[in-house]
Amino acid sequence: MQSIFTAPTLAHYLVLGAIMFAISMAGIFLNRRNVILVLMAIELMLLAVNLNFIAFSRYLGDMQGQVFVFFILTVAAAESAIGLAILVLLFRNVGTIDVEDLDTLKG
Amino acid sequence: MTFLFYFFAAILVFAGLRVITARNPVHAALFLVLAFFTASAIWLLLQAEFLAIALVLVYVGAVMVLFLFVVMMLDVNFEDLRLKFRSYVPLGIIVGALVFLEMALAITASAIGAGEGAPPPVAGSNTRALGRLIYVDYVYPFEIAAVVLLVAIVAAITLTHRKRKDSKYQDPGKQVKVRREDRVRLIRMPVEKKES
Repeated sequence: MQSIFTAPTLAHYLVLGAIMFAISMAGIFLNRRNVILVLMAIELMLLAVNLNFIAFSRYLGDMQGQVFVFFILTVAAAESAIGLAILVLLFRNVGTIDVEDLDTLKG
Repeated sequence: MTFLFYFFAAILVFAGLRVITARNPVHAALFLVLAFFTASAIWLLLQAEFLAIALVLVYVGAVMVLFLFVVMMLDVNFEDLRLKFRSYVPLGIIVGALVFLEMALAITASAIGAGEGAPPPVAGSNTRALGRLIYVDYVYPFEIAAVVLLVAIVAAITLTHRKRKDSKYQDPGKQVKVRREDRVRLIRMPVEKKES
């Protein structure tokens, strides 16, 4: 059994990442009608993935994982900016952000 | 170290759970800020100092402010969006548990990193090492990332830009295409007779 005063192992970080990913996955299902909360859950999901990348980067002694996290942060920022812009546009045109009301393309 | 890890991990999981269950989206956004902050502390434990600071600056400083702006700007009754919240709970829990179980199986079955300690940290600063990698080995992806950000700026602005009807502006295309007949009309009218 590991003492709580030694350094955590890689598995600690990976399990934490898995928990965060599962929480955000469940969050998408729970808040599936609210687009804003779905976007927030996606951000949380990317955070979990980044945690895994950094943990692997540290424990394998390879800095390239951190470079990858850098690019993920860039793309995630761009994604959330465009997502929120689309959301504002959606609200302006339709007057709601309820996913279930967005059935214009439904036959 | 492990104590610190458990401390921050507990806060992170709590904040994540509050994000997805909060009744008010403003509270969800604030708990997301807490989650990002705690995650940056965990990244510090992993000795990724530059990315930890960048996470706080970019996410807490910019992206979450954007989220808060949008949440407060939209005049939506968020209570209506939670009407069927309870009916989604079982499916959400099942899917979340399945995802977690699969990942836990993958981690334990292959025994990734079980018990092995971290290698000694890289000599020198983390920022220096990361900067060397980004500006030397990954300089073209770095440029492309800049282009991605530029495209995102242009897209976000063009999507939400509203043309005001009462503003006066010039359309150079129309100005160039104009012909003389559109502007000048020569009329022929009889000269008035002088009174004799």
